[in-house]
Amino acid sequence: MKYIDLDTVNKRMTTRILINKLVKYLFLAATLFGLIVLAVLLYRVFADTIGWLNLDFLTNRLSTIPENAGIKGAITGTLWLMLIVGPVTMILGVGTAVYLEEYAKRGRLHSFIQTNINNLAGVPSIVFGLLGLTVFVRVLGFGTSVIAGGLTMSLLVLPIVVVAAQEAIRSVPGFLREASFGMGATKWQTIKNIVLPAALPGILTGTILALSRAIGETAPLVALGIPALLIPIPSGIFDNFTALPMQIYYWTLDSVLVDEYANLAAATILVLLIILFLMNSVAIILRNKFQKRY
Amino acid sequence: MEKAISVKAMIEEKKSKAGIRRITEKVIPFILFLLAFVSVLTTAGIISTLVYETVLFFREVSFTEFFGTTELKPLSPVEPKFSILPLLTGTIMISLVAMAVAVPVGLATAVFLSEYASDSTRKMLKPVLEVLAGIPTIVYGFFAFTFVTPVLRELIPGLQATNALSPGIVMGIMIIPMVASLSEDAMNSVPNVMREGALALGSTKLEVTLRVVIPAAISGIIASFVLGVSRAIGETMIVTIASGSSKNLTFDLTQSMQTMTAYIVEVTSGDAASGTTAYYSLYAVAFTLFIFTLLMNLLARYISRRYREVY
Repeated sequence: MKYIDLDTVNKRMTTRILINKLVKYLFLAATLFGLIVLAVLLYRVFADTIGWLNLDFLTNRLSTIPENAGIKGAITGTLWLMLIVGPVTMILGVGTAVYLEEYAKRGRLHSFIQTNINNLAGVPSIVFGLLGLTVFVRVLGFGTSVIAGGLTMSLLVLPIVVVAAQEAIRSVPGFLREASFGMGATKWQTIKNIVLPAALPGILTGTILALSRAIGETAPLVALGIPALLIPIPSGIFDNFTALPMQIYYWTLDSVLVDEYANLAAATILVLLIILFLMNSVAIILRNKFQKRY
Repeated sequence: MEKAISVKAMIEEKKSKAGIRRITEKVIPFILFLLAFVSVLTTAGIISTLVYETVLFFREVSFTEFFGTTELKPLSPVEPKFSILPLLTGTIMISLVAMAVAVPVGLATAVFLSEYASDSTRKMLKPVLEVLAGIPTIVYGFFAFTFVTPVLRELIPGLQATNALSPGIVMGIMIIPMVASLSEDAMNSVPNVMREGALALGSTKLEVTLRVVIPAAISGIIASFVLGVSRAIGETMIVTIASGSSKNLTFDLTQSMQTMTAYIVEVTSGDAASGTTAYYSLYAVAFTLFIFTLLMNLLARYISRRYREVY
């Protein structure tokens, strides 16, 4: 009596192995899909930008004539925005992280704040825009100024910095703290002189990532009512401003009316992507250069 | 003798500083607590703003009109109508399209990266996905509007200039990295002994993936899908640009549809003056949106916790 029919086994094995091979390429194709889309997107932006992105475009003010239009106002506005978001998120984020990691007792309050931060990370950005519109623009009367936009953005990206700073602080080894305590340092002295310096690369990386999220966010600015018109270039935190993503938004919408606006939008996108690329490079360099192993 | 005095002075100095130090040690935790409390205040601010204005809205518009009727004409001078259903169907339809793209492609990507790719391939491909995840949504909006829509219109004759299909697809592409990386994490945490066991029994790699790895990682995978849906529901700029502002209740993907997020953008950047019903409707819609995404996020966390298999 035959227990194993070799022919059947061989036949089945062949198909099984064949399917396995075919599906492998299917999975590979799916993975490459993202790559291809990225390539098409970048090609599209480059192709539309050619001839439009030059020094004049960076230094000119806004204009209704596409040939004369520039994004000096938007670039300055975005820089002002970052000037608020950077310090504010860093102070709030690191403060929160230090409190949660070093001071708070693991209990109800700790898990409440932690859960709250996790939930905030999932709230749609447009809802933050409404919060900013109600609290900063209307109630506190900041109007559509840099400070209103900056504070709204800061709250939006706060969870990113908190989580990054928490991880950085957690990865500072315990013996460094113990050595500091052993020398007679107090808790705050230890945190200030030992823990934070050791965690700084991680904190900076997180802050840069948060900034690069804030720099491209559009929805909250739209909700706040930030214009993309010819307005004076901001020179302080209470001035009105416009930002790169707002400029892209309006030029994309208006490309239906004036074809050249699509080129202007593409050129602005390229500027934005270059800024993002530089920021991320800095973050990666920071991470690699200061990554200490204890 | 002089030295002894200086030691004494040092002790004195130390004591006087100790007072300040003691105060610092007490004050610092409190300041840090206040900083940490800002995030709680943010949540409180969001909820109270939304609830307050939503209550004002429901004084003027009944609950049944908001959830039970099908017409939305917020700025109509005669008899404005407020129903959230057109926005809900718009949001759900576009999210469905997005997930139809993101789930298969994202999962297949995750399987390839975690089960098939060599370490060097993975190291090459993962940064690309990260770049894809880091592109601002406004850029995806531009891409959908100026590239994907025109291409699709060549293929599908009845497609309108603003439609639900194109932003849905682009949104799906945007969500792929998220689904892929979360699913890959889940699959990576499946211990190798299980794979080896199955391989030793004669399974092919595909069979190991489908019958062992995916079932073992299913909680993380489903959680990544749910988070993807939450992301799709809350996404704003792609739909605002590429999906138009038609408020008709329709399931036809070739037509323009408005999502909840796009409605919020339209009303905030439009002419609805503060204090009008149209203005309050904004908050009612935002509240609904907030609840939806919050539930999705909680659900994702519940799934990944409740159904996690521990090895």
